[in-house]
Amino acid sequence: MSERLRMIEAVRETLRGELERDDDVVVYGEDVGRAGGVFRATEGLLDDYPDRVFDAPVAEAGIVGVGVGLAATGMRPVPEIQFQSFLYQGFHQLAQHVARIRSRTRGTISCPMTVRTPYGGGIHALELHSESFEAGFAHVPGLQVVFPSSPAETKGLLTSAIRSPDPVVFMEPTRLYRSFREEVPDDHEIPLGEARVVDPGDDVTVIAWGSMLRETLEAVEDVDASVEVIDPRTLYPLDAETIVDSAKKTGRCVVVHEAPRTGGMAGEITARINEEAFLYLEAPVERVTGYDVPVPLFAREDAYLPDADRIEAGIRNALEFG
Amino acid sequence: MPTEDIAQFTIRSVQVLSEDETVDEELVPSLTDEELLELYEQMKRSRRLDERAIALQRRGELGTYAPAIGQEAAQIGSAFAMAEDDWIVPSFREQPALLVRETSPHKVLQYAMGMEEGAEIPGGEGALPPAIPVGTQPLHAVGVGWGEALQGRSNVALTYFGDGATSEGDVYEALNFAGVYDAQTVFVCQNNRYAISTRLEKQTDAETLAQKAVAAGIEGIRVDGNDVLAVYRVARDAIEKARDGDPVMIEALTYRRSMHTTSDDPSVYREPEEETEWEARDPIVRFQVYLEDRGILDEETKAAIDDRVETEIAEAIDRAQEDREELDPADMFRHVYAEMPPELERQFEAFGGDGDE
Ligand SMILES: Cc1ncc(C[n+]2csc(CCOP(=O)(O)OP(=O)(O)O)c2C)c(N)n1
Repeated sequence: MSERLRMIEAVRETLRGELERDDDVVVYGEDVGRAGGVFRATEGLLDDYPDRVFDAPVAEAGIVGVGVGLAATGMRPVPEIQFQSFLYQGFHQLAQHVARIRSRTRGTISCPMTVRTPYGGGIHALELHSESFEAGFAHVPGLQVVFPSSPAETKGLLTSAIRSPDPVVFMEPTRLYRSFREEVPDDHEIPLGEARVVDPGDDVTVIAWGSMLRETLEAVEDVDASVEVIDPRTLYPLDAETIVDSAKKTGRCVVVHEAPRTGGMAGEITARINEEAFLYLEAPVERVTGYDVPVPLFAREDAYLPDADRIEAGIRNALEFG
Repeated sequence: MPTEDIAQFTIRSVQVLSEDETVDEELVPSLTDEELLELYEQMKRSRRLDERAIALQRRGELGTYAPAIGQEAAQIGSAFAMAEDDWIVPSFREQPALLVRETSPHKVLQYAMGMEEGAEIPGGEGALPPAIPVGTQPLHAVGVGWGEALQGRSNVALTYFGDGATSEGDVYEALNFAGVYDAQTVFVCQNNRYAISTRLEKQTDAETLAQKAVAAGIEGIRVDGNDVLAVYRVARDAIEKARDGDPVMIEALTYRRSMHTTSDDPSVYREPEEETEWEARDPIVRFQVYLEDRGILDEETKAAIDDRVETEIAEAIDRAQEDREELDPADMFRHVYAEMPPELERQFEAFGGDGDE
């Protein structure tokens, strides 16, 4: 069985499926109940599961922190943080407790929590509604950081995230919520930590995730070379093997993300390629990223976000080097 | 050891203009006719700006906008009670208060059109820009109020936040800090009944929000937030106390008559009966009747105010639209550091910006 869904519907159907399958799953967050979430990801869930879907006070530290306690009693919290920037308010709970409750208790208590949060630019939102702090989350040992890039991927990855015994920060690209439909299989699990080779190719490897994968696929159409496109899907744990194998094959790599350049995940991915495929490289790893500036308000947002043109230019740089 | 009650508290509530338009003359603040008319005009200006902004957003000219329709008295009454050197520390719905503090509709519109220039509101000292995260800015207000005290000045900081914000840890930290440091700070919580879709009863089990101040050891008071005279009175008293190092939290009971923001649809969570009930308690209508009864406001004055406001806002819209046409995207690099670090300079040049700037 499968259905053609938008990403936002894939989120909703996955949550519904997991609430149905597992009585321990609880869904909560600001406005997720009666209003069904500001993006309507949880619409209708309260009606069907009145005892396991909750509106929360406006308190992100609280939302993340009570998850630790819920998990300690055997529940599986799936909170929503309304926009990724407001996970900063819960960051101390994530870093100090969620991520390390397993190691602190030597495996006795764990936190199988999935924090869902929309991230990223491109929807003309307000200040602090467009960030991608992915590297910050990936930098906290104990967390898994997952990025869906399509409705079917959402279903597969979110299902695995909720079923995972360890905490996940699940970053949903806001601009893809309603942008297209796709066949989404009913019972679908994509293991965390496995990259996807989206398009095979021989001349250059492009690594991109979330909404940047869409931009990359658009850019590639205009490139007169055989491009291998890889979606890592999880930034932690990172499937470096798939990336490194591809780098060995093509010898040229481009990493794309919309987060600022300095300290971004492209640095880490570049390091892994250098460590494991250095002798195969024919060009330095190219980065196409946001700039080291706060994401501007929307009148200047397009100038900040990498688009197909910038990605194409990055691919050409990598191809033309040497 | 016997048990005994060792702490009690009460929360006072203040109203000057009652809902049936009877007036408690004892409590009417001493304001001149000109000042009363100015209060009225500011409320009208703010309302009209919000209405025009919503319409512009619907035509795709503006981004997400958070109107303050219904909350004009709570904001304008309190902002009006500030002295010129006092600080305003707003959240994201404070157009009315900012207008009182000399911000122009032009700035408000620039910001709503996605231009950082609008966050210069209201320029220089005396204010901080809109805070988009919920409940973060009361701490800044405490810092301002404390800083003024440390430097031997009597200026106060007045900060605004919503009912939802009182659930954030930062807001409690702010109240607590203010008490400990005797910070010259007034907290104005606009209890407009909703945090997006979430009703107050889902936000807190507390009977009033003002009592949250009690736990921090500072005074909490409630006021009818749709009664501009009561808000002015309570705010003025609070500001005077704060000048002496006694911070106060005011809970202004009001109602958000519009959507939360232009991305929101209140029909999903709000009953039409409730909306009608609050329409009758609209702060502008109530004040207008009062001014008319006192013989301060006649048809001619009303028309003149409406004309003035209309022209001013129309001009502001034109100006903001022109600004947008002339926008320089490289501006995003300019104010990140006092001096652009070399790495950022490289990015700026690759972007096509001029290295000498
Ligand atoms: C830290 C944080 N969490 C969530 C949001 C999203 N959000 C914006 S406004 C809002 C509700 C705020 O309600 P309230 O404090 O009552 O103020 P009001 O909007 O009613 O004026 C929420 C949850 C945010 N901006 N910041």
